Amino acid sequence: MKDCVFTLLTNRELAPKTFEMVLMGDCSAITAPGQFVNIRIEGFYLRRPISVCDVEGDRLTLIYKVVGKGTEVMAKMTPGQKLDLLTGLGNGYDLTLCGDEPLLIGGGAGVPPMFLLAKELLKIGKQPTVILGFNTKAEIFYEKEFMDLGVKTIVTTVDGSSGTKGFVTDAFVQVKYSYTYCCGPEPMLKAVYNASATSGQYSFEERMGCGFGACMGCTCRTKYGNKRICKDGPVLKKEEIVW
Amino acid sequence: MVDTKVTLSGWELDNPVIPASGTFGYGKEFAELYDINCLGSFSFKGTTLNPRFGNETPRIAEIASGMINSVGLQNPGVEHVIAHELPEMKEFFHKKVIANVSGFSVEEYVKTASLLDKEDAVGLIEVNISCPNVHGGGMSFGTDPKAAAEVTKAVKKVCAKPVYVKLTPNVTDITEIAVACEEAGADGLCLINTLLGMRIDLKKKAPILANTMGGMSGPAIFPLALRMVWQVYNKVHIPIIGMGGVTTAEDVIEMLLAGATAVQVGAANLIDPFACKKIVDNLPAVMEKYGISSLKEIIGGAHR
Repeated sequence: MKDCVFTLLTNRELAPKTFEMVLMGDCSAITAPGQFVNIRIEGFYLRRPISVCDVEGDRLTLIYKVVGKGTEVMAKMTPGQKLDLLTGLGNGYDLTLCGDEPLLIGGGAGVPPMFLLAKELLKIGKQPTVILGFNTKAEIFYEKEFMDLGVKTIVTTVDGSSGTKGFVTDAFVQVKYSYTYCCGPEPMLKAVYNASATSGQYSFEERMGCGFGACMGCTCRTKYGNKRICKDGPVLKKEEIVW
Repeated sequence: MVDTKVTLSGWELDNPVIPASGTFGYGKEFAELYDINCLGSFSFKGTTLNPRFGNETPRIAEIASGMINSVGLQNPGVEHVIAHELPEMKEFFHKKVIANVSGFSVEEYVKTASLLDKEDAVGLIEVNISCPNVHGGGMSFGTDPKAAAEVTKAVKKVCAKPVYVKLTPNVTDITEIAVACEEAGADGLCLINTLLGMRIDLKKKAPILANTMGGMSGPAIFPLALRMVWQVYNKVHIPIIGMGGVTTAEDVIEMLLAGATAVQVGAANLIDPFACKKIVDNLPAVMEKYGISSLKEIIGGAHR
């Protein structure tokens, strides 16, 4: 973990209420895809945890959804603004367990961490497939970015307005896979957990106090004891999850 | 050179800055960031006789200038703390720590405190009496002068180390409880614990916290905490560790002027892991700015 000041380079709306922020600063504490940063926002006491979408040298990309007042303020931030970030939080995904054809599944605000994960898996010679789940066509973001990486990209929409109609699990039949990586709302995690034939890793969300393991605000039960989502997670292995 | 030293029941601290229980774990997460030996001491995570999962999540909600938590005393139990947490802690923290003890019956407090009292790493026992008394209809020990005195007396009897009682502000008159604890033999008092509060999620139209209510902390409660330290200082003759929303070196000095001998820092650690180090680093300059050469000399200094 590091506490660093970042400079906002760009902040753009990708889809309704979904924004992409590119920041410049010291990213050296970010060591794995699936980790997150905790952002201090003027006027709010608690920081806002946001998952890492991409890291390239000193450039950090975050994608966030406007869900409350804190993220509303973030959406109005302008280039040049300085931001205090705690970086390199959480365990992130383990890339060593996935076989040759991992399946990456992101739903809505769970899509962003799949981007860095896909990049890192490609770097070590894996052939990932990614399923991106949205409610409707207007909400889709990063489909092109994933395709540009050279990964097989499948989009699902609940209303069928684009890609495969239905939930992310409805696209499983199109894919041969050795492992699953998943991030999204809890009902989606559970559906993937039940539908996937392989082992995998699932990223969880919880309201956090500190984000670095001190306050026990985000503890969950696992088969191997209590874990802090912020420090021992947010990624849990399929074998340890207790629903 | 200014003198930042203070003394709690014969235990001299390099400075009065002490991270509060429940906001600093066992120090490990912070020791990865800076040398925590710069602190006066720290109060480790509230410990009970048996391991506790605590409350269900969500356990955290935000308020204006602060937060609410309902962690519910999650901890691995006193035996695990003694066997694993304290030995590990000693590797990176070389001063004595404050052992925060919680319980749900007098017997439980006594057992837990007596075990921790034997640990050489422990400088003093901090008894959190904000827990519900399972034999008292669930009412908190800390809201009834008789129950507070009973716990104090029982813990005091089994401990060789100083016993400080941590008071809840969720009472009509905190000085009444403070006096009862002093009369029962408490060596010192810690105040305040968190204030009971709640938030409602507008989208779900339901309380944010799974436990409905939780304890408010952060700068929002600082003036209230300061007022209570002031009132208690007027009524007791034992040292007070002041806490509640302390965030800056200036806040530390205000607390001392109101009557605190040392200060605990809670919520600030969670939003800025360097908060306590910054307070320690800033303290001498702030003392100089206000013409203070020794912290010991200003304790209760605003009472004239």
